[in-house]
Amino acid sequence: MHRTDVTIRSPLRSRASVAAGRLTAWLSRNAGFGSGGMIGGRVTLKLDPQALRRIGRDRALVLVTGTNGKTTTSLMLSRALEELGEVASNSDGANLPDGVLAALMARPTAPFAVLEVDEAYLPWVAEQVQPSAVVLLNLSRDQLDRVGEVRGTERELRAAMARLPNAIVVANCDDVLVTSAAMDAAHPIWVSTGRLWRDDSVSCPRCGHAVCHLMGQWSCTCGLKRPTPDWSLAGDLLSTPAGQVIDLDLRLPGDANRANAALALAAADNVGVPPDIAVKRLRTISDIGGRYRTIRRARHSVHLMLAKNPAGWAETLPVLVENTPVVIAVNGQEADGRDLSWLWDVPFEQLRGRHVVAAGERSADLAVRLRYADVSYQWERDPVRAIDLLAPGSVELVANYTAFRELVSRFDHDR
Amino acid sequence: MTDESTVRIGLVLPEVLGTYGDSGNATVLRKRLEWRGIDAAVVPVRLGDPVPSGLDLYLLGGGEDDAQALAVDYLRKHPGLQRAVASGAVVLGVCAGLQVLGTKFRAIDGVTQHGLGLLDVITEPGETRAVGELIAIPGAHLGDERLTGFENHLGQSLLGSSSTPLGRVARGTGNGDGTEGAVTGKVVATYLHGPVLARNPALADLLLGWLLGHPLPPLELTEVARLRAERLARGSSRS
Repeated sequence: MHRTDVTIRSPLRSRASVAAGRLTAWLSRNAGFGSGGMIGGRVTLKLDPQALRRIGRDRALVLVTGTNGKTTTSLMLSRALEELGEVASNSDGANLPDGVLAALMARPTAPFAVLEVDEAYLPWVAEQVQPSAVVLLNLSRDQLDRVGEVRGTERELRAAMARLPNAIVVANCDDVLVTSAAMDAAHPIWVSTGRLWRDDSVSCPRCGHAVCHLMGQWSCTCGLKRPTPDWSLAGDLLSTPAGQVIDLDLRLPGDANRANAALALAAADNVGVPPDIAVKRLRTISDIGGRYRTIRRARHSVHLMLAKNPAGWAETLPVLVENTPVVIAVNGQEADGRDLSWLWDVPFEQLRGRHVVAAGERSADLAVRLRYADVSYQWERDPVRAIDLLAPGSVELVANYTAFRELVSRFDHDR
Repeated sequence: MTDESTVRIGLVLPEVLGTYGDSGNATVLRKRLEWRGIDAAVVPVRLGDPVPSGLDLYLLGGGEDDAQALAVDYLRKHPGLQRAVASGAVVLGVCAGLQVLGTKFRAIDGVTQHGLGLLDVITEPGETRAVGELIAIPGAHLGDERLTGFENHLGQSLLGSSSTPLGRVARGTGNGDGTEGAVTGKVVATYLHGPVLARNPALADLLLGWLLGHPLPPLELTEVARLRAERLARGSSRS
């Protein structure tokens, strides 16, 4: 699959619009408007809606989607595929079509691309770029107001997978909705990650009846059931279809990251990087776009974490370091979802007795939730000032998407 | 086990009618009772469990189309909730919960289903999904404070003569004809998420007052006042 002789033969219109997009990206970056890549991609798509189709052609391209873990899994997979050659990737997390296009424009001759794509846009992007593989991580409630019903998303993904006769679909078979979405794919690869956010999959996505879960298996009376996994993760050990057992031994913490690694290794194997080689490359990763990063400030050492929905919080609450104050920053912008009802599905009661500061643009919503959870807290809308309220030492900082992004860029700016 | 004086709040089929943080309404009711010295317990009623008819209050939350159909089937086969209403229990339904409590609803697949008939409401799919902040002025005897929440639904609901609206829409869509929600006796339903009782303590206390048979003393929570001020101030602008 290793191709180095790739040239982009694009019609004049596409080339001109890509050039216009690059110029805009440059102007945007230099005028201080932040994410230049996104705006550049947006201009190009406006000028030429076919641009993505043309620039994505002639590469081995893998799309990664799901509610949680897209950025991490994409980084893992890119790192693995770099074994074979240059990889284009939207490692900044810009996962809408314009961000995807910008990532491909930035590396026009890379023979490989790993692109995380927002689950609602995956069908459209997949149709344009005809990927060689798609990785389906998980599907749960996220951004209630924007994506709408998760079951609708599953149906659209299912239809999209069925329209990709040549693609391999690497899917987490412990997730009912993901399995349903991948079941009609021509070449599914099933990975058991042991990770299951069950609340959203009680009723069968195919027939609406209750799905029965028993001892790690699940099934429905309509016949939809957990397929036999090709790859299986148990603790730190990943069993491969070839009968190897790989000890992951990652530097990134938590079960969620081990699950992401299992899916990334299965995908990498199918693109041509064997798991024993790929896993060594995964072990070099210690930081995902600033997540799990520790920021050293004058008086505080801040441990940054992203949690944007109840499933993400379920992963985060157990890894918070004990006896350390927690700053929680919640925004409610378009990219976060404007409906913050999900805060009530997070068991914040577990933070009782800890020093908590409520921050972010929607800290008022968070404060009400904490009050009803009997968690005493301080209130400071600005997350950086919230840190400064605390005594010198370590701080756990958990933020949702735009709050997190804003913090990373403020900390980077301060350096 | 709880004794006679404990208020028992039923969380009805939370695994299918709980998409929008709806268990939060149960948390709010329980804490508002506890802070006033009244014991309360939340009783989840799950698929496969019998539906008890002896609880004091029942909460039905939001869910997606399939989940809603599953819920209404189950509750028609196990009519504990209907029996409880006949003997005076208080009910709050939100979004899908509203549609389930009504007489009929038609989902986007065109299939019409019978609801529980506890509210005189028929729901049909609208042309576009109503998504955004919703503000409503409550009807007479249903409180003085404006209602705030987040709506996200395709359904448009039409009330018959046995139900009255919970309020009149000041911003947003609500039922689709300028009214919002429905009330028959002690059965109340709304399209407001947030969750609704977290944002609207007066509505929470109205339900609790019906349940206890007397109005409750006020409870000052500065963070709730601040959240309401913030959400209601945005009533005139977008976002």
